[in-house]
Amino acid sequence: MSTEQTGALHPGEHLDHEHKPRGITRWLYSTNHKDIGTLYLLFSLAMLFIGGSLAMVIRAELFQPGLQFVDPHFFNQMTTVHGLVMVFGAVMPAFVGLANWMVPLMIGAPDMALPRVNNWSFWILPCAFAILLSTLFMEGGAPAAGWTFYAPLSTTYSSDSTAFFVLAVHLMGVSSIMGAINIIVTIFNMRAPGMTWMKLPLFVWTWLITAFLLIAVMPVLAGVVTMVLTDKYFGTSFFDAAGGGDPVMFQHIFWFFGHPEVYIMILPAFGIISAIIPTFARKPLFGYESMVVATASIAILSFLVWGHHMFTVGMPVAAELFFMYATMLIAVPTGVKVFNWVATMWRGSMTFEVPMMFALAFIVLFTIGGLSGLMLAITPADFQYQDTYFVVAHFHYVLVTGAVFGIIAGVYYWLPKWTGVMYSERLAQTHFWCSLVSVNILFFPMHFVGLAGMPRRIPDYALQFADLNALMSIGGLLFGLSQLLFVWGVVRCMRGVGDKASDRVWEGAQGLEWEIPSPAPYHTFETPPVVK
Amino acid sequence: MSTTHQRYYVPHDSGWPIFGAVALLLVGYGAASWVTQAGKPEGGNGVYIFWAGIALLVVMLFGWFGTVIRESTSGLYSDQLDRSFRQCMAWFIFSEVMFFLAFFGALFYARVIAVPWLGGAGNNAMTGELLWPQFDAVWPVLKTPGGTETQPMPWSGIPLINTLILLASSVTLQVAHTAIELGNRARLKVFLGLTIVLGAVFLGFQVYEYVHAYRDLGLRLDSGIYGNTFFLLTGFHGLHVTIGAILLLVIWLRIVIKDHFTADKHFGFQAAAWYWHFVDVVWLNLFIFVYVL
Repeated sequence: MSTEQTGALHPGEHLDHEHKPRGITRWLYSTNHKDIGTLYLLFSLAMLFIGGSLAMVIRAELFQPGLQFVDPHFFNQMTTVHGLVMVFGAVMPAFVGLANWMVPLMIGAPDMALPRVNNWSFWILPCAFAILLSTLFMEGGAPAAGWTFYAPLSTTYSSDSTAFFVLAVHLMGVSSIMGAINIIVTIFNMRAPGMTWMKLPLFVWTWLITAFLLIAVMPVLAGVVTMVLTDKYFGTSFFDAAGGGDPVMFQHIFWFFGHPEVYIMILPAFGIISAIIPTFARKPLFGYESMVVATASIAILSFLVWGHHMFTVGMPVAAELFFMYATMLIAVPTGVKVFNWVATMWRGSMTFEVPMMFALAFIVLFTIGGLSGLMLAITPADFQYQDTYFVVAHFHYVLVTGAVFGIIAGVYYWLPKWTGVMYSERLAQTHFWCSLVSVNILFFPMHFVGLAGMPRRIPDYALQFADLNALMSIGGLLFGLSQLLFVWGVVRCMRGVGDKASDRVWEGAQGLEWEIPSPAPYHTFETPPVVK
Repeated sequence: MSTTHQRYYVPHDSGWPIFGAVALLLVGYGAASWVTQAGKPEGGNGVYIFWAGIALLVVMLFGWFGTVIRESTSGLYSDQLDRSFRQCMAWFIFSEVMFFLAFFGALFYARVIAVPWLGGAGNNAMTGELLWPQFDAVWPVLKTPGGTETQPMPWSGIPLINTLILLASSVTLQVAHTAIELGNRARLKVFLGLTIVLGAVFLGFQVYEYVHAYRDLGLRLDSGIYGNTFFLLTGFHGLHVTIGAILLLVIWLRIVIKDHFTADKHFGFQAAAWYWHFVDVVWLNLFIFVYVL
């Protein structure tokens, strides 16, 4: 093969790369962005069900007041590991999987910038979670300090699972950082000729900014877990006043990571929604430039608002006010996005296939989560809300009906492109309506019990919360079962059952990923397309 | 498109990544077992699992980089791929900057907020009065609220010498860089070698300084927040100097033994050089904020 060649290749021309490895090594040794994207998505799906099972234990215990099934220490392990698995195992890898699949297709790149590093990033993840989940079976049990592992719960008062948790987080960090570097460099360096910055699909833009956030804050997480490790095992006292440290310092460093982290889990969903709404409204996205600027603004502001997680720990009043106003400022770019999505639909010729249904549910329900976030941002009001179920309601609205609904919408939207067959619309609509109803039965009452004072992370509660808790537990079980319909729909497509999908799949779809055949060939854009 | 386009090299399947993932699994699991088993009478196997993982990681680095070098020298890599490498290295160094920022953040928070508050600053008068009445809130914290005592590490002796050594090593590395671009191989070998020697001398002095701290000053990792920040910041920096020196040594061996790199293609050299300069800048901040101020 000559290394120099002209760009005028025929689309169907096959070169020596056009082999498709078979068997298990195809997955173990892969350098193909589509295969690695599939691996990420399947891993994330498995983690969704593991994390969901832990949530079922929580909801079973909370079905009635009093202690029914588990002791409080095990309950704490469940809330902790549920949070860690969902954040680092389900939501983040799902977005990385979607980026792997779609970013090269959307920008006309032959693959990710460094395909072997890409494979390494993925395979570190199952290793990290093997370490984390192994603590469930250890003496003393899994981490029980909450997913935020505040010191001294994670240092002085923890079991030896802390060491395994810390090393697992280090591995997750290595995976995330390498994955993010790969994505950011792919977007910077691998765009097809003519794919200028302001032509990039919004999913690419949001992932570019997400990748920047990941590279900036995952090392800070690595730093803070290292301090937890040395505090517990090497006699340091970063988070111990007796040695001149401060437990509040843990919260500052953790939330300096933690707040950008929550945007890491929502910005790519914004990108997905910004792809789906125009397709099914059959209109270009309203206010593209303002969407880009809004995404960047949210990312910059995310570094300045971490203190709003800590209003009750005893910060100076000036700091509380700063963090309150900075947090409220985030409502402005977020509002720009919501209004832009609504304006995109205005007078569009809308149809309501399942990706659109999930996207519409996202806009409404994510906005509810955003508005309860604004309530939490008000410092004096937060003194009432802090550590209640109102907070749990807030972040489950933004993470489940926000991030997870965004992921599901994206999966239905691109599934025909990946597998070459249409999913069953009836099955998917059933999945949508079951999810929509059950998720609101599950999370909406949490607002009420939270405002009435039910604390989070406690296995027992006062009698007046009993009815709503029973209702929420039923909602949780239904929501979990509804996701089996999702698995069924996806498995059907993976096995090739269903109507053949056209190349464009959706009538209103725009972008390079719809110019290639369905299913997407093993290698695409080996010669860059020219974008006009 | 009228211009010619060199195909972006997408490698075939490779076993090294998953090999490396298993190595990291052993490193992580081994390290965690090790710290939980250390000091207990029954001991444990964590230490062996950890070092087995490190050994596998070294094997992976040799194998993986060997493949990359073979691919590169056989002309498979385009300018575009070269840019990918450069950008990846730059972002990697940015992530390292953020890692150090977490520890510098801890240092600043302790000095500016935590320690004064323990002494009763702000609205914490009762904290100081009731909990730690005898605590003197000054930096460095030579007597912790809990009563652990230590002595400060002066900046004027070894730290100052080490600063000059690292600054000199950045200059020699720059000379080596100019030499490789001019094709002056002899000067390249001498000055790159000199840089590595300076790095090794720096590390030697640091080991001496640590021994001095532990034996003579009673300054230890567990001597309260001053010792904590001192040893974690200088320790992680020392680890990075070690990694940087190994990188430069590998590059030097590749130049001396295999005659790798040319005047216009030497990304491996550059990446190691960037890393070294980064480590140098971190040290300057350390010298100012940990030792002098």
